[in-house]
Amino acid sequence: MAEPKPFHVADLPGVGPTALLVFAGLYAPILTLVVYSFNASPSVATWDGFTFDWYLKAWGNAAVMNAAANSLIVATLAAVLSTALATLAALGTTRRPAFFGITAVYAAINQPLMVPEIVTAVALLIVVAAIKAATGYAGLGYLVVAHTAFCIPFAYLPIRARLEGMDLTLETAAADLYASPWQSFRFVTLPQLAPGILAGGMLAFVTSLDDVVITEFIKSPGQDTLPTYMLGQLRRAMTPDINALSAALLGLTLVLLSGFFLLSRRKS
Amino acid sequence: MAANIISARNLVKAFGSGDFAVRALDTVSIDIRPGEFFTLLGPSGCGKTTLLRLFAGFEMPSAGTILLDGEDVTVLPPNRRPINTVFQSYALFPHLSVAENVGFALKMQGKPRAEIAETVGRMLALVRLEAMAGRKITQLSGGQQQRVALARALAPHPKVLLLDEPLSALDLKLRKEMQIELKRLQHETGITFIFVTHDQEEALTMSDRIAVMSAGKVQQVGTPKEIYTHPVNRFVAAFIGETNFLDAVGEAGGARLTTGDLIAVEGVLHGPVTVAIRPEQLRLVAPETAGALAATVRDLVYFGTDTHCHMALSDGTALTARLQSPASGDIGLSVGDRVGVLPMPGAAQMLRT
Repeated sequence: MAEPKPFHVADLPGVGPTALLVFAGLYAPILTLVVYSFNASPSVATWDGFTFDWYLKAWGNAAVMNAAANSLIVATLAAVLSTALATLAALGTTRRPAFFGITAVYAAINQPLMVPEIVTAVALLIVVAAIKAATGYAGLGYLVVAHTAFCIPFAYLPIRARLEGMDLTLETAAADLYASPWQSFRFVTLPQLAPGILAGGMLAFVTSLDDVVITEFIKSPGQDTLPTYMLGQLRRAMTPDINALSAALLGLTLVLLSGFFLLSRRKS
Repeated sequence: MAANIISARNLVKAFGSGDFAVRALDTVSIDIRPGEFFTLLGPSGCGKTTLLRLFAGFEMPSAGTILLDGEDVTVLPPNRRPINTVFQSYALFPHLSVAENVGFALKMQGKPRAEIAETVGRMLALVRLEAMAGRKITQLSGGQQQRVALARALAPHPKVLLLDEPLSALDLKLRKEMQIELKRLQHETGITFIFVTHDQEEALTMSDRIAVMSAGKVQQVGTPKEIYTHPVNRFVAAFIGETNFLDAVGEAGGARLTTGDLIAVEGVLHGPVTVAIRPEQLRLVAPETAGALAATVRDLVYFGTDTHCHMALSDGTALTARLQSPASGDIGLSVGDRVGVLPMPGAAQMLRT
């Protein structure tokens, strides 16, 4: 008698085609976008041959370059600040005995993941407008602060996961070997934590880079990041240089997420 | 230098609070002499590791004091005690090389680079790992990691080295090698070793003195010979080696067993007592021999070097003798044989029940 075959979801009829369909739904549009970013014709209806012109056109466009610079400045500052704060938060919530209300603290730290972004955006709009009126400052600072705030949970989660996976005996051993609490953090905890911090920073960077909703609400007039610039362009006519810009953003995101994946996989 | 390198005075460590408090250590006082190989021996949960952690400073006692070389270090944090630890899990730093691990304490102390390099070289030579200096910890075998952990803890030349069951993760052969290695290291460095183990054989073969612990208390402190030959209570006698326990009543001239026989016993106690006799201290003689206990062979178990002979006394009390196996392997007894059992002189100990 044949061994009864254990149940496996992949054996159900239609699983393979369904999976293919889902992947097609996820990636076919993106592939189309990338392909058309190299289309010599300005219309998506016809294919006129291969060209890099749209990339060059975007590169030569001062408004695009300005938006890209804003995006990079905001994303870099937001990633650095949110990662630093998230590291402190992760140390504060894992390197001490659990206390009453710790779940509430987790929820508070992860608030941006749960509150609808549009609600945060409207709330920020009111506050930022009030500050703008009072101070007259209309620079990138608002975007940096707002992005830092909503990037914290993205940086916090991988750092906390790394901290929780760390062997506490190592810190005990450091103290035993004459390391002061600061030395123990600097020479033992931090090096072990580095992959988590880097991964958190990359996630925060990508999250900030892609943000439209909050940015759109609080940016000052004439100020644009890449996503809001692209959104603004779409209101007039779809031009292929937007395809090129999207493809470039996709490339940058892919590089960073691959980095995140490699780093989080390298858990000694 | 004080007469004792480390002294525990009435140490209490309680976990939890109120009615739920558990005393992991209950009024423990111990004196450890400079240069000693001192072992804390006991079953898991007896408090031996807790005592070690108090010595290291990883935990603070609920009451009592710890003197290191005559100085009160009870509440000093671990990084300010000249005491180092070899952890059960080794706790080597995975992001550092072998040499960086060994030099870690010296770097933390701010020693000059040249001195660190010189000490690290000397320590690696001491544990015979010179060739591994540049290796990553993950590239080492368990035995090599053990040696790195030893070198790392010895490098700053602590006054006391604490070893928390450091051999428990090694296989038997490596364990035997490391036992010899540890004795050699202790001899060469002259550092006081405090060794924690639950393995009584390890404790007997390696230690200058042993503290047997149970239920948070020190039951007995003594040399391996004292502990083995003169256990102070039933727990110690049962934990170290194998022992026959016989219920008896102490009276002038010896102990009256439940069988009615009177046997000569060391020590004089009156009233209900326990008589402890090691199985290798029993001789089998012909039945009806004067002074011998009458017994019947119930089972024979061959162990190679010796044979365990399980017997029943006339009232059914169980008794085991360990007999050296002769060259033929056959001790010439079979189940059901009637024999006489004679304890060797001085072998029977009287313990309070």
